[in-house]
Amino acid sequence: MLAPLLTQIAFYLFSAALLAMASGVILARNPVHSVLFLIMAFFNAACLFILMGAEFLAMILLIVYIGAVAVLFLFVVMMLDIDFVALREGFWNYLPIGLALGVVLASELILLAALPTVALAPAPPPPEILQPNIERLGEVLYTRYAHFFQMAGIILLIAMVGAIVLTLRPREGIRRQEAARQVSRKREDSVEIRKVQSGEGL
Amino acid sequence: MASWIGTIFEKLRAFLLLDFIRGFLLGMRYFFRKKATLDYPFERGALSSRFRGEHALRRYPNGEERCIACKLCEAVCPAQAITIEAGPAQADGTRRATRYDIDMLKCIYCGLCQEACPVDAIVEGPNLAYAAESREELIYDKEKLLANGDRWEEALADNLKKEAPYR
Amino acid sequence: MTAFLTEVGIPFLWIVAHGAAILVGLLIFLAFALYMDRKVWAAVQMRRGPNVVGPFGLLQSVADFLKFLFKEPIIPDGANKVVFLLAPLITFTLSLGAWAVVPLAEGWALADINLGILYLFALTSLGVYGIIMGGWASNSKYAFLGALRSAAQMVSYEVSIGFIIVCVLLAAGSLNLSAIVMAQKDMWFIFPLFPAFVLFFISALAETNRPPFDLPEAESELVAGFMVEYSSTPYLLFMIGELAAAILMCAMATTLFLGGWLPPLDIAPFNWLPGFFWFFLKTLFIFFLFAMVKAIVPRYRYDQLMRLGWKVFLPLSLLMVALTASALIILRGGA
Repeated sequence: MLAPLLTQIAFYLFSAALLAMASGVILARNPVHSVLFLIMAFFNAACLFILMGAEFLAMILLIVYIGAVAVLFLFVVMMLDIDFVALREGFWNYLPIGLALGVVLASELILLAALPTVALAPAPPPPEILQPNIERLGEVLYTRYAHFFQMAGIILLIAMVGAIVLTLRPREGIRRQEAARQVSRKREDSVEIRKVQSGEGL
Repeated sequence: MASWIGTIFEKLRAFLLLDFIRGFLLGMRYFFRKKATLDYPFERGALSSRFRGEHALRRYPNGEERCIACKLCEAVCPAQAITIEAGPAQADGTRRATRYDIDMLKCIYCGLCQEACPVDAIVEGPNLAYAAESREELIYDKEKLLANGDRWEEALADNLKKEAPYR
Repeated sequence: MTAFLTEVGIPFLWIVAHGAAILVGLLIFLAFALYMDRKVWAAVQMRRGPNVVGPFGLLQSVADFLKFLFKEPIIPDGANKVVFLLAPLITFTLSLGAWAVVPLAEGWALADINLGILYLFALTSLGVYGIIMGGWASNSKYAFLGALRSAAQMVSYEVSIGFIIVCVLLAAGSLNLSAIVMAQKDMWFIFPLFPAFVLFFISALAETNRPPFDLPEAESELVAGFMVEYSSTPYLLFMIGELAAAILMCAMATTLFLGGWLPPLDIAPFNWLPGFFWFFLKTLFIFFLFAMVKAIVPRYRYDQLMRLGWKVFLPLSLLMVALTASALIILRGGA
């Protein structure tokens, strides 16, 4: 009886927080604060996913986006030496372009919603969930879409190889540690005991 | 052939973390050993009779001060921590110090004062725990030094007796 | 109104009470775990360890706690105040929040959610934020270097931990922690998956910045890493957070590999004891191993740490996933 009401309250809470954090991303002066706001926005999105019963997506959002991608973002932004004055310099020059883009996007959205012919069909009610959604996801992803999944994997692999090839530059004259050789070194290989005659040296 | 087997064993040793297991066993052996440290405030290690700790001014058995204000200690003190003022000569022709201050904050505990003293008056005793809460408390005057001497006389005399053959 | 009380109020209060009970128990356990850590370390080095506060020094952690609480918090000039104070709170909250899903005994988990193991994994991977924020907000070179190191370190070892968790998931066939424990009824996963356990143990050390992988702190070169500028209660929160994360890893190892609350043998003398006792004992044993590692292994250099993570652990854990999957297909006859 009351549970749906609570769910609704939670929904509005999280979505309000999400919107606030999202506006924080663009309003914050300090880029590091922006990234932190972005992370909070991700977090709230994950909470919304949980409310909708998509807990697997929520966890993956947490692990992949917040746990790995955003960390690297933060990493890069923190390392930058940012001049705040220079950042604000071009603000008025770029304002018209930005505003125009915003107006176009907003009007497109309004048109989409307002035109009766392309009105968004209401989403079908979700089917009764009998098994955890990770199982359903797995079944769909690895049976029906198995080939697409593998193709996506190969594309990612190629992208990764490409990134490595682009950044790798072989350098001459570098001494690297070879742990395996160090570990397998024996006393006989490296220590020699000699009798030294007094006054003669080796 | 033998070296080939040996290499295999070497790789296995690294792969199975045998070094770490041996390290763990060694650690466990030490785990149950007798502790090497003392339970300090309740247990103390032995001090040498040459230990140089807190200073004290000694008296003769009849209660008379030993110090004759010769200022040898003041002269020899490398940290210039000692300040002495001598009084007028007494009836027997000896003098006594009217002021004998040691700045314990300057003192480097080298022991030169007790080496210089011709009458074994200033000595460094076995006391090592005399921390204070203010700097003023660590500037010792004659009274404080004499009180130290009275308090530690037994141990001081014992130490001097033990060291006598070597001096 | 009554409907509100029975439907929402009482379950809510029940959850709060349950959570508070776990929290208090955990914090007390942490105090003694820290004491044990120091005692074990001391014993291997033939020292006595803390022995003055309370009988056998048992109350040492309480004394430390009070000391940190009453010290003056210093916020460095030029530090980013909000982020600076937020960072220890994040570390603390995340490492305690993760305990909500740990099944301490049969049905004792505060939230026995379907994706328990993913939740744990997610929260441990978020732990890096406290460190990186603290390091950045301190406005200090040493703190920032420590934070960078630790971020890279934790992200690297998360990958192999993820693959090892996948091995366990394949073997258990569920992501629910209670179900994973029940899947070990006949045989603990440590026996068939022993290499995975070793990999997990070492990765857990790296993930929680425990020695020999305590490079973020690196007392010898970075003073105290990301914590240089912290003092008083914020520092205390960092310390508790780190310790809670380390013990969480012990609890995770217990749940994933040592059969959680299950007794070693389901026969008379063993199953008399309640499940919680076994869980506690196993977690304590893993933590003892953590403490022993601290005592016997010297610290790794940073490049060695990265080499180990990416060139050794990642391929090995991937291999473990492939092996586990193949073995399961062969044994269960499915394809």
